[in-house]
Amino acid sequence: MDSNRRKFLKLAGLGAIAGVAAPSAFNSLLKGEAIASSGGHAESAGHGGHAAAAPTGKQYGLVIDVKQFADTPGLGEHCIRACHSLHNVPDFGNKKDEIKWIWIEKYENAFPEHSNYKRNADLHKMPIVTLCNHCSKPPCVRACPTKATFKNKDGIVMMDFHRCIGCRFCMAACPYGARSFNWRDPRGKNEIGKPFISRINPDFPTRTRGVVEKCNFCSERLAKGLQPACVEAAGGAMIFGDLNDPGSEINKVLSEKFTIQRKPSLGTNPSLFYIL
Amino acid sequence: MPMYDMNKILPGLIIFAGLMTFPIWYNSGNAGAVPKPEKPTNAKECVRPTDYMRTSHMVLLNEYRDAVVRDGERGAIKDAGGVEYDEKSLMLGCMKCHVSAKKFCDECHTYAAVKPYCWECHIQPKETN
Ligand code: HEC
Ligand code: HEC
Ligand code: HEC
Repeated sequence: MDSNRRKFLKLAGLGAIAGVAAPSAFNSLLKGEAIASSGGHAESAGHGGHAAAAPTGKQYGLVIDVKQFADTPGLGEHCIRACHSLHNVPDFGNKKDEIKWIWIEKYENAFPEHSNYKRNADLHKMPIVTLCNHCSKPPCVRACPTKATFKNKDGIVMMDFHRCIGCRFCMAACPYGARSFNWRDPRGKNEIGKPFISRINPDFPTRTRGVVEKCNFCSERLAKGLQPACVEAAGGAMIFGDLNDPGSEINKVLSEKFTIQRKPSLGTNPSLFYIL
Repeated sequence: MPMYDMNKILPGLIIFAGLMTFPIWYNSGNAGAVPKPEKPTNAKECVRPTDYMRTSHMVLLNEYRDAVVRDGERGAIKDAGGVEYDEKSLMLGCMKCHVSAKKFCDECHTYAAVKPYCWECHIQPKETN
């Protein structure tokens, strides 16, 4: 009897030690990885080498020239309209239910890692146009239990709406707030009878209540050899291209200009670069 | 052997037989109304043999869906003036020939009592007349 109890306590003790030790060992492993990949964007500009997608594949990315957006009032909004009307993104008229594929962020919210102490006041007024970062190490993809969100052959973080079960793990995982949940029926109307999608584009499906959505880098336009709608609307303030193609225009710009990424230290390897 | 109450038993039997077979003759009129999905006017043939389409169009739609969404293969894309037939798309493929979901898809689906949820997101072509 007694020896049985001893055995039991020993085993329980071992179990507890394993339980405490394993996660911390795991954590330090994770940290090691994060540090290794937090070399920031100087290294990420080269990209690909340690990407989640096949390094031989493409990784589409974007350079956003913030100054041009600041100098041209309404340009950001113009890009948003181009995207949202094309993709039937509903406007529920309130922040809580908001669905956004591309939006304008305040400088201090977009780049919280950069010190705001004694910063040039103009910087805080800069409209930071932002969208899904199509990270080469996307945490949302890891979080998705159904593989509804995945990295496609062009390096685009895609949503397969047919598989989305609306669990919102991906929203919790995304550090950029690039994902929105449909709390309401996007085909519905508000109290005064105004439809949430003012004019439906018959060439692109809407979504339903209960699915998560986000930017698809206009994969339907890329297939036709067109640029993403926001890039077309931005008229030069955005440069789109394959970060894994050494000869691409975007790589040329990245090698010449000083750019920053959003929250690079998280190790997600964002594919969006900002000229400030 | 004397028959008791024949005048009651016989009508009773007839009513009983009628009630038992009610489902059969009640539906006989409807079962005859085979669905007649509208034929496209702009094409003679479907993207696959008609027999295959009749039984397996949902399989083909799933293949299209996975090819487009997961593998990024949208198939041929319409060029400037030419008619493009095999775009892997429900709205931009199938419905360019089958111009009415009501007179085509629903015609069969109502009969077969299936209600695909695709149209909650995919957009049906505008119904003319
Ligand atoms: C090029 C035009 C065209 C396209 C595109 C097309 N179809 Fe068809 N489809 C036809 C024609 C024409 C017929 C009738 C053929 C016949 O009568 O033998 C047909 C027949 C069918 C049938 C059988 C109908 C019956 O009467 O039994 C089904 C089901 C069907 N199509 C579904 C689809 C689906 C689903 C798609 C998209 C994946 C599609 N079609 C794309 C032209 C088209
Ligand atoms: C010739 C008759 C016919 C036509 C026309 C037809 N369907 Fe169907 N469809 C069926 C039948 C019957 C089923 C159910 C098969 C089963 O349950 O095995 C079905 C099932 C489906 C399913 C699977 C539904 C589910 O819940 O599993 C989809 C998706 C579908 N059809 C799409 C379409 C679309 C889109 C069109 C119009 C372009 C169309 N069908 C036209 C007969 C038809
Ligand atoms: C929650 C919304 C939603 C539902 C429900 C849905 N789809 Fe889709 N589907 C989409 C979106 C969004 C795309 C991506 C369109 C694109 O990239 O061009 C898509 C793409 C597709 C495509 C390839 C591209 C195209 O234009 O058609 C097919 C085929 C398809 N879906 C079939 C279906 C079928 C069949 C059903 C029903 C059984 C269905 N979908 C239900 C949202 C939905």
